Amino acid sequence: MMRLALWGTRGSMPSFGPENSRYGGNTSCVQVMSERDTLLVLDAGTGIRRLGHSLRSRFRRVDVLLTHLHMDHLQGLGFFGPLFEPDLEVHVWGPAHHDRSLDARLSRYLSPPLFPVRLREIPSQLTCHDVPRSTFMVGDLTVTADYVCHPGATLGYRIEGNGSVVTYLPDHEPALGDELFPGEPRWTSGYELARGADALIHDSQYSPTEYETHRGWGHSSIDDSLSFAHLCGVKRLITFHHDPAHDDDTIDRILAEAIAAKTPDCLVAPGHEGDVFEI
Amino acid sequence: MRPIQLEVEHILIRRWASYLSMPLFVVGSAGSLLYYNDAAATILGRPFDAAGDMSVEQLNAVFSTATEDGRPIAAKDLPIHAALRLATPGHKRFRIRALDGVDRLIEVTAFPLVGQGGRNLGALAVFWPVSE
Repeated sequence: MMRLALWGTRGSMPSFGPENSRYGGNTSCVQVMSERDTLLVLDAGTGIRRLGHSLRSRFRRVDVLLTHLHMDHLQGLGFFGPLFEPDLEVHVWGPAHHDRSLDARLSRYLSPPLFPVRLREIPSQLTCHDVPRSTFMVGDLTVTADYVCHPGATLGYRIEGNGSVVTYLPDHEPALGDELFPGEPRWTSGYELARGADALIHDSQYSPTEYETHRGWGHSSIDDSLSFAHLCGVKRLITFHHDPAHDDDTIDRILAEAIAAKTPDCLVAPGHEGDVFEI
Repeated sequence: MRPIQLEVEHILIRRWASYLSMPLFVVGSAGSLLYYNDAAATILGRPFDAAGDMSVEQLNAVFSTATEDGRPIAAKDLPIHAALRLATPGHKRFRIRALDGVDRLIEVTAFPLVGQGGRNLGALAVFWPVSE
């Protein structure tokens, strides 16, 4: 069994306010814990600040898996407390680039004038890993990374261990250009990562109407998210990357409409900040 | 076992190609057919969905090619094979006898596809129909 905790489920930019109190305003960040206390942090959106504060000194190693370097997935990294603990081993994984290493690209944010501390001045034992496309072990968890459909090189992650599979595709537009979506698995971005997963955390940013005017922006409608989950045969879909313009009631409404239209055959859990799942 | 799903770059190329009215033809790194669009189907004489998967050997057997004056061209001398074998772009005018049995004069521009991390993803060919 793995334990998932959602520390940020908002897409694109932080969005706080009383109208967002149930879904939360922090951007993408998910904690994955194995039975042997392997700790993965999926993305470094603003939710990572509170996650870091919750860890205290319990861990000696933390692995942060970045899907891509858009700001809503990176903005919290400089405020992740473990980065400033000299005894802590921090590994940051992210998509490879054809001519610049991950640490060089992270340094564009973690350096003045955007941030007061340079990456090379981070006190923890920091290692950055370029992940071209591969399967690798982190503790007792097996992680598979592959490219998915989103502007720029963007990874999705499939995490296997303790008899469970969790797939994380926070920014994903598998329906792009596919008028008959969902089509063949062979021609569907993200299929291999999500196939048969016990839990799929998936981009569900738009209503179907909104998606019509946002094609190519790299995100999915809730309806397409449900269709993708069905195609991949997942057991539980956790909706994620909620549009910053959507308040709690709007997210509830478009999800209810999508469920009524699609009658999904998997569990559907609306991703609220603070939710915890045993998978 | 080979995964069912294709590379995301191939998926995106198909999506893109399906929207264009210029003939496009895509092969994977081993030279087998991945996709051609409707405009290419007009030249090749059969819709992609009816063509099915084809290995490089089957492709060479199905499509016969010749110079403008009718001398056969070996598959290895075609631009798409140069793109695959030498990872260089190529361009050539030649005749192709397609699946409908009709001879057509075309020009072909082909270039290698390189994915994230420098992965060899095969080659893309553009067909330019030539009026005779």
